[in-house]
Amino acid sequence: MEGHRMKTAVAALLLGVGLAGGLALPAAAQSSVRIGGPAAEQQVDRDGPMVPTQIPGQDRGDSWHAIRLGEQGSVSIPNKQAGVLIQSEGEAWRAVRNGPLSQYGSWVLGGILALLALFFLVRGRIRIDGEKTGRTIQRFNAFERGVHWMTAGSFVVLAISGLNLLYGRHTLLPLIGPEPFAALSHYGKLAHNFLGFAFILGVALIFVMWAHHNIPSRHDLTWFLKAGGLFSKGVHPPAHKFNGGQKVIFWSTVVGGAALGFTGVQLIFPFSFATLEEMQLYQLAHAAIAVIMIAIILAHIYIGSIGMEGAFDAMGDGQVELQWAREHHSLWVEDVTGEKVRHAHRHGTPAE
Amino acid sequence: MARMKFLCDAERCIECNACVTACKNEHEIPWGINRRRVVTINDGKPGERTISVACMHCSDAPCKAVCPVDCFYQTDEGVVLHNKDLCIGCGYCFYACPFGAPQYPQAGNFGTRGKMDKCTFCSGGPEPDNSEAEFKKYGRNRLAEGKLPLCAEMCSTKALLAGDADKVSDIYRERVAARGFGSGAWGWSAAYQTKLGQERGQPGGSLFQGTGGPAGGLPVQKQGL
Repeated sequence: MEGHRMKTAVAALLLGVGLAGGLALPAAAQSSVRIGGPAAEQQVDRDGPMVPTQIPGQDRGDSWHAIRLGEQGSVSIPNKQAGVLIQSEGEAWRAVRNGPLSQYGSWVLGGILALLALFFLVRGRIRIDGEKTGRTIQRFNAFERGVHWMTAGSFVVLAISGLNLLYGRHTLLPLIGPEPFAALSHYGKLAHNFLGFAFILGVALIFVMWAHHNIPSRHDLTWFLKAGGLFSKGVHPPAHKFNGGQKVIFWSTVVGGAALGFTGVQLIFPFSFATLEEMQLYQLAHAAIAVIMIAIILAHIYIGSIGMEGAFDAMGDGQVELQWAREHHSLWVEDVTGEKVRHAHRHGTPAE
Repeated sequence: MARMKFLCDAERCIECNACVTACKNEHEIPWGINRRRVVTINDGKPGERTISVACMHCSDAPCKAVCPVDCFYQTDEGVVLHNKDLCIGCGYCFYACPFGAPQYPQAGNFGTRGKMDKCTFCSGGPEPDNSEAEFKKYGRNRLAEGKLPLCAEMCSTKALLAGDADKVSDIYRERVAARGFGSGAWGWSAAYQTKLGQERGQPGGSLFQGTGGPAGGLPVQKQGL
């Protein structure tokens, strides 16, 4: 019995090899298992009947593996997304958010604060070098200042409420306790949701108002080569309405703000535009861009307030000391007043 | 102390949705919130399988790790619960959860989420056991009454098991031995740490690694099924 079966099998195998070699070379190349065709399949019989969990021609393990990788099944509830049994991207999102994002973010923020403190200690407040004239000229009108402060005010609240979500649990929460912290975070979330739109509008208006003043020019090269006179007293490279540093701030605000606005809108309307996986990526991008923007704006706030004498007036009442303008925006003063500012010394300004 | 776990035997589930209905009714869950759902894969094709899924009460719960207000806590029995008084509805737990467990009522403008709701393993929340406040926010606290989750208790084919992981494992192991095959304890290695000795009351072993795992059943963490 056994011998007979063996013979049959060997015959079938030979026949199969013959068939494969002679007629079906491509098939043989594709599969090393199904050499023999129907005759050889009798060999499989010794494996007995399939267990009920097996599917002919399909590896059960593969389909479980597909589920682990996020394959979607069907559900009878309206929310068809619920058909995904396991989404593994969340693990990656968690790892990046709780890992590099938080860590590098804290380095960036701590770094900029340390740099600004160091700069203040070394350079001190940048004074108006020349004799003050007591006369002022208008730098920004009420509308421009209104737009600036709408954008700035919303940005500050957005930044604080955003940082609170990323770091508050490990910093503020232990200080003030769970209930006050939860209440604060709740109002922070509401403020974040609403003020986001004010910020988007502000950035759009800033772009429209000031884009033509911020087209890079040859003077910016000079400005950057002299580091804007930031590190040397009495050095004032010439500049129009905005100098090289201010242009960097402007384009950072426009590009960064647009990116924050885009990702923010994706997140505020969950699943309206983006899938869960995309929202995870947008959240990471939103947070990373925000941290960089906060670092840039911290420097902007510094130089526009305690960092430089006379700078705040531009966004305060809009009237700047003429001598300040001559030093930091000589070409702009020439454009506005027609006065010829002497370029031999003392012009230019760091970023406000 | 027992470590509570869910196990859905995909070889037994018949997609009757009784677990979903029982859950909704027991906890008086509002429309649109699904603490438990039933998913069918390969619907209508050979190899069709159905799985009932809810919060798996993970060992290293991702929701707990990412919550900005730290409103999650894990009980001595391994059940992952949260405090709705603290929850701000940010949605981060849904980003992180592998099983899509967190649910949010739509509240307010845009996509503003209300306070998160999810399976509590029928064990309420931080309020006093079986108090009115606890029931309103989290539903029935059956564990405090000495009962197991109703979804599993209701299950007509006993596909869905809930309770002490040791007992659940024993039942499943017996089934696998009697059937002569297993299909993996669905979701276990995604939810529970499977290194030997790490999980309370869980001896570990290749039986629960899923059929997709390597031969020899090496303990695999966060891989396979």
